[in-house]
Amino acid sequence: MLELLWLIPLLPLVGAALNGLLARAPKPVTTAIGLGAPLASLVIALGCLWEFVTRLHPAGQAFRQVLYPWTAGDLNIDVAFRLDELSAVMLFVVTFVGFLIHVYSVGYMSHEHGYRRYFCYLNLFMAAMLMLVLGDNFLMMFVGWEGVGLCSYLLIGFYYDQAFPPFAGKKAFIVNRVGDFAFLVGMFALIERFGTLSYDGIFPVVEADPGLVTGPYVLGLTFAGFVTLCFFIGAMGKSAQIPLYVWLPDAMAGPTPVSALIHAATMVTAGVYMVVRSNVLFQLAPGVSALVAAVGAATALFAATIGLAQTDIKKVLAYSTVSQLGYMFMAAGLGAYTAAVFHLGTHAFFKALLFLGSGSVIHAMSGEQDMRSMGGLKKYLPVTFWTFVIGTVAIAGIPPFAGFFSKDEILHAAAADGKWLLWAVGLLTAGITAFYMFRLVFMTFFGKFRGTHEQQHHLHESPPSMTIPLIVLAIGSVLAGFVNVPELLGGNEALHHFLDPVYAQPRGAEAAHHEMSHGVEWALVALAVAVALAGIFLAWTIYGKKGLEGGRTWAQRFPAAHRLLANKYYVDELYDRTIVRPLAALSRFFWKVVDTFVIDGAVNAGAFLTELTGDLGRFTTTGNVRNYALYFFLGVVLLFWWIAL
Amino acid sequence: MDTFLELLVGNTLTRLIFFPTLACLPLLFFPKGEGGYRAVKIYTLAVSLIELALGLLYVATHMTWGGGFPLVRDGGESLDWIRSYGIRYDMAIDGISMPLVVLTVILVPIVLLGSWKGIERHWRSFSASLLLLTTGMLGALLAHDLFLFYIFWEVMLVPMYLLIGVWGGERRIYAAVKFFLYTMAGSLLMLIAILWMAWTYQSLNGGVWSFALADLLRLELPASTQIWLFAAFALTFAIKVPMFPFHTWLPDAHVEAPTGGSVILAGVLLKLGTYGFLRFAMPLFPRATEAAQPLLVALALIGIIYGALVAWVQVDMKKLVAYSSIAHLGFVMLGLMAIDMVAWQGALLQMVNHGLSTGALFLLVGMLYDRRHTKQFSEFGGLAKVMPLFAFFLVFSMLGSVGLPALNGFVGEFLILAGSYRTLGWPAVVATFGVVLAAIYLLKMVQLTIFGPITKEENRGLKDLSGREIAALVPLCVLMLWIGVAPQAFLEPSREALGRVLAEYRQSLERPEVTQAAIRPAVAVQPTEQIAEAGR
Repeated sequence: MLELLWLIPLLPLVGAALNGLLARAPKPVTTAIGLGAPLASLVIALGCLWEFVTRLHPAGQAFRQVLYPWTAGDLNIDVAFRLDELSAVMLFVVTFVGFLIHVYSVGYMSHEHGYRRYFCYLNLFMAAMLMLVLGDNFLMMFVGWEGVGLCSYLLIGFYYDQAFPPFAGKKAFIVNRVGDFAFLVGMFALIERFGTLSYDGIFPVVEADPGLVTGPYVLGLTFAGFVTLCFFIGAMGKSAQIPLYVWLPDAMAGPTPVSALIHAATMVTAGVYMVVRSNVLFQLAPGVSALVAAVGAATALFAATIGLAQTDIKKVLAYSTVSQLGYMFMAAGLGAYTAAVFHLGTHAFFKALLFLGSGSVIHAMSGEQDMRSMGGLKKYLPVTFWTFVIGTVAIAGIPPFAGFFSKDEILHAAAADGKWLLWAVGLLTAGITAFYMFRLVFMTFFGKFRGTHEQQHHLHESPPSMTIPLIVLAIGSVLAGFVNVPELLGGNEALHHFLDPVYAQPRGAEAAHHEMSHGVEWALVALAVAVALAGIFLAWTIYGKKGLEGGRTWAQRFPAAHRLLANKYYVDELYDRTIVRPLAALSRFFWKVVDTFVIDGAVNAGAFLTELTGDLGRFTTTGNVRNYALYFFLGVVLLFWWIAL
Repeated sequence: MDTFLELLVGNTLTRLIFFPTLACLPLLFFPKGEGGYRAVKIYTLAVSLIELALGLLYVATHMTWGGGFPLVRDGGESLDWIRSYGIRYDMAIDGISMPLVVLTVILVPIVLLGSWKGIERHWRSFSASLLLLTTGMLGALLAHDLFLFYIFWEVMLVPMYLLIGVWGGERRIYAAVKFFLYTMAGSLLMLIAILWMAWTYQSLNGGVWSFALADLLRLELPASTQIWLFAAFALTFAIKVPMFPFHTWLPDAHVEAPTGGSVILAGVLLKLGTYGFLRFAMPLFPRATEAAQPLLVALALIGIIYGALVAWVQVDMKKLVAYSSIAHLGFVMLGLMAIDMVAWQGALLQMVNHGLSTGALFLLVGMLYDRRHTKQFSEFGGLAKVMPLFAFFLVFSMLGSVGLPALNGFVGEFLILAGSYRTLGWPAVVATFGVVLAAIYLLKMVQLTIFGPITKEENRGLKDLSGREIAALVPLCVLMLWIGVAPQAFLEPSREALGRVLAEYRQSLERPEVTQAAIRPAVAVQPTEQIAEAGR
């Protein structure tokens, strides 16, 4: 089965091409292609995973498949795929969640224009994402990395005939490009030092001789520090971390299943994958790792606070995604790579579930996204409601749901490492998360319906193609946590042991795990759960009991803070004033003044002077013989004068 | 030894170069006026397709089994042309010129398809200009005698001048004169430098003249002399590229030129500037190149950043693409100045890439212009609704240009930047930032034309692309994808030739500096180990 690995990214690509070319195909054919390709990928992926887990993993091997190479000068690039423990986890998440979201899309998009275009893009996305996680070198990763960025651009701007979605798509692409710029520079540095971009050509070499990368390089950084800093900036773009997170909330302009697949479950976690993939280098760059953790923690808290004051159901989830990604980076920065991957996996389930649930709500509400017009939906949308509650409980970190285990592992890593500030930020964020998520639930599903009469008339539960993925994801959100139950709770940390081969040896921070006494550990776990429950309780007292009125009272009590949060700290405005507008003004200056006036002015002045000389010279050629005689005479005089001197 | 006529009928470069010129003659017998236009168009298209077939045949018959491309001299050795001055008819092709030759013969039929509707008068003259231009470009790419090169270099000017001046837009005369004089002023300096070198050569060679590149390459010159000669060559080529600050003729020429003129101009003519650096200026004057490297790198960087920024704020779609050319060619120049095998292979590939993606963009702008007779962004918006195929091709070409992986532009840029990073360091980082700016201006172009609501009523009735227009775009897009996915077939041919140039370049820097001009004795062909070594 493993020999078919290359088909996993290829089949969705073929699906995309077919759906792109078969312009007149009837809708069922479009659906069959659009669903068939990711289903085939999923089946092959499961087969490959089975063989990998049963055969190669016990033998401590990774599977490599080289399709063809290309060479320029001494630089050799293999177009090659790789299945190891890390890509196995990612492969499962991407194909499984991806397929479910494809199924859901059939129902969600059934009434939309551009159904065929949608599946074309979505399949293309799967191809790129799978190339990203299966690539055997950084260049393959980058091909997928920009490929998913392209699909994100196309799908955010899916409703291209409106003004805002294409703008949001463009913004996403450009902000991501800032990150990609750094990613590229990091790759150039690796090429300079190692002459290759393949994982096997770099990581084992560094592990064998860390001195290769720990010497000083530039900007006061070591080589490892420079490369990891570049890579982390790349990750900031793709995974929406401060300061490059601004595109993700706007990306909600795309269809909701897209938000679930690309902007929650898979693409935005690519940065986390990249950092974990490069863990050998990050381990040797403690300063950058600390920065990763700090940025992650700051993003987690910052985005969570914005989530407090949003009224658009998808915006809340978007900021929640930014915040949860922050947790993952915090873990990765602490060296707790398993915790990062673990949270990546559980988050893929519960956040996809939440987004798809919100899509089901929006579908029922005839496109309405403002929670202030919702309310009381639990009796109209029972399946959506119950699955949504499961997702919310999971993200809030209530045991034994998936989010509890993965979030606790991150907090535990911070505590075990003695990073109490990070731990406190993580804990506070957990409380805020529980609060705003339950605020969302109460505003949407509880109380009285606040929409128009017409909307109320149309309220209906979604079709099975949408509810079945919800149910499956809900089951996943309950169970996913059990793949890595800590020893403290009687588990065996299965995921942790599984992933061990992809980490640098000897292990860094995670080795310090067990130095705390069990009593302290239990106390920390209890505290985390208590904080989450407190957040839920607070949401209940404000929004559960009093509905919108409760929120309004609080907003009136702190008007400045509310305005700041509702306007997302004015960061978009800040970037516009400090970067976009000055750059545009500079460009206009270059065009109008430097180019048109100075440079072209000089060119035209040259032409003018030539013409002027000619015109002046023309006065001398009068055609009058007496004039010429005079010139001759003057010339002779001058000549004599010159000779005489 | 073959005679010129023998060469003309064989599977040779000579046939490839002069077939378009000969094919001009029958144009005289086509009926004048609009009645004969259709026949002229079909005839010229047939000629260009035959030329394409001749080009592909030539390449296919000379390619090695491993995908490489050797140096092939027409007829085995050169023919005398002006014997007393040692000027020879010397045509040769290698892995450096081959990709550009292929690009040229591919673009000519595409240009014809793209001009089908846009050119409304004087079709016989238009066809003749285009075919003569083809001869000029191929000749300049293949000449290995400097005098001959200069002749072809100037031959290119006239048809292009006519294309802009006769079939151009409102300010066509201004643009055409500016193009002509600007380029001419530069090339005269090059002529003087060429004559000086040939004169020096004969004075050291017992009065026997030669303009052959191979002979002049053996001329050892003091660094101070090299600098003057290099300056003359570099100015000529820098104007053609164009490099900042010699670029202002380009936006004017592009905006006024008809679609076909713009495609050829961007696709091939500009590449002759970068090709000139690689083929002549750098190998002939390595010490001067070394001295001028910081300046040229700086100008390339300015071109990348400045070209991108100015492109971003344009209100005319064609002018945006024109300024983007300055940025793209900046990457090529940076790659050349890196003096690194990887960067050079990338630079050569990027010359082809720019011809493909910018050529496609100019065609698309022209297709809009044919429909609406305007290129202003403010007149468009939301066209994806009425012209989905146009939208697809525009986005595809834009992505090729923006350097999206799995399309052509990425491979070239990546190699250029990876190579430059290891030899130049920080300048490569600055240049890499150009990829961010490229996204900014190219996405703006796409958004303002095809996305958003339709704001102008007259756009609602626009027809989508015709079969002819699709036929012009598809080959370009196929090549963009092919280069992006599997670039090996496009990298392998240039390996040997670039390796040889690089090896010779490094060797001449290692030789002790001379204080007086001298001629190195001719040596046999470079041993292959040295070429392989240059790849390091």
